[in-house]
Amino acid sequence: MILAIDIVLLVLLAVVGIAIIRLRNLFAVVMLSGIYSLLMACIFVLLDAVDVAFTEAAVGAGISTVLMLGVLALTKNREKIPVTTPLLPLVTVLVTGGLLIYGTWDLPAFGDPNAPIHLHVAPAYLAEGEHETGAPNIVTAVLASYRGYDTLGEVTVIFTAGIGVLLLLSGGLGRRRRDPDEPNSGGGGAS
Amino acid sequence: MKHHLIPRVIAKLTIPGILLFALYVQFHGDYGPGGGFQAGVIFGAGFILYGLVFGLENLRKVAPPQIVTAFIAVGVLLYGGVGVVSQILGANYLDYDVLSAVDHDGQHLGILLVELGVGITVAAVMMTIFMTFAGRLR
Repeated sequence: MILAIDIVLLVLLAVVGIAIIRLRNLFAVVMLSGIYSLLMACIFVLLDAVDVAFTEAAVGAGISTVLMLGVLALTKNREKIPVTTPLLPLVTVLVTGGLLIYGTWDLPAFGDPNAPIHLHVAPAYLAEGEHETGAPNIVTAVLASYRGYDTLGEVTVIFTAGIGVLLLLSGGLGRRRRDPDEPNSGGGGAS
Repeated sequence: MKHHLIPRVIAKLTIPGILLFALYVQFHGDYGPGGGFQAGVIFGAGFILYGLVFGLENLRKVAPPQIVTAFIAVGVLLYGGVGVVSQILGANYLDYDVLSAVDHDGQHLGILLVELGVGITVAAVMMTIFMTFAGRLR
């Protein structure tokens, strides 16, 4: 049963991917990439990675789609037909893809309990996590407690990204302050 | 989208649910899937939906850009502050055990505050990115 769902999802993923390459209408491409993220989220659920699926659905299918639509409003919504033949990009993609597939030959088999990553600190976290942190969700225990430094780093990255976007797109903080605020009639939240 | 009745009604119905779900994901992260990153994104998405349907001006009234920008830093400071507090109490940076004498309470409190910091920063960054992008359209 799981195998059948896996196959259906992967086939849909391939179909959406090919459609994204073939289509020239960028609005449709943005919508399809949202669908691609949603399909990926479903696959993550099948892989028992619910936290990752959650993030993929919220960020990939939700926020990214909205931001891409925002960008689309600033440009035309049809992709230009390229004037040169895409031979060099095709060769580059094929070589890179071939190297990546070659690299997977050295990876341990999927779900192999003897893979190095499952033998280092993971058993200790799984055995001691709930006892040491009191958090039943081991992902949260690792993320916030055992790996607190890494998560602090991630938050700092998001912080930096937000500040960077703010500085680049709003033309500095000073200009926004000088914008004359139109007289508001107070509240107006649910009008 | 000011003249479209159906999106407005649907948005009004769903936004409270989205925000409530974000808070659930935020504070239930210890026990179920989710945590600060996901909750922040969902919380920000609720406000972005409001901005999409009711316009950027109304969103700026609900969430003034100056305050949202400040909250980007508040989240990181809250996260780092938990580490400083644990250091002042005599333990390593971000060691939550010293935050409370009772078993596990310190870990619970530390994880809660740290995840809250993550959520605040992520939500504020998402809203800021949307508002600056949408602000360019005019």
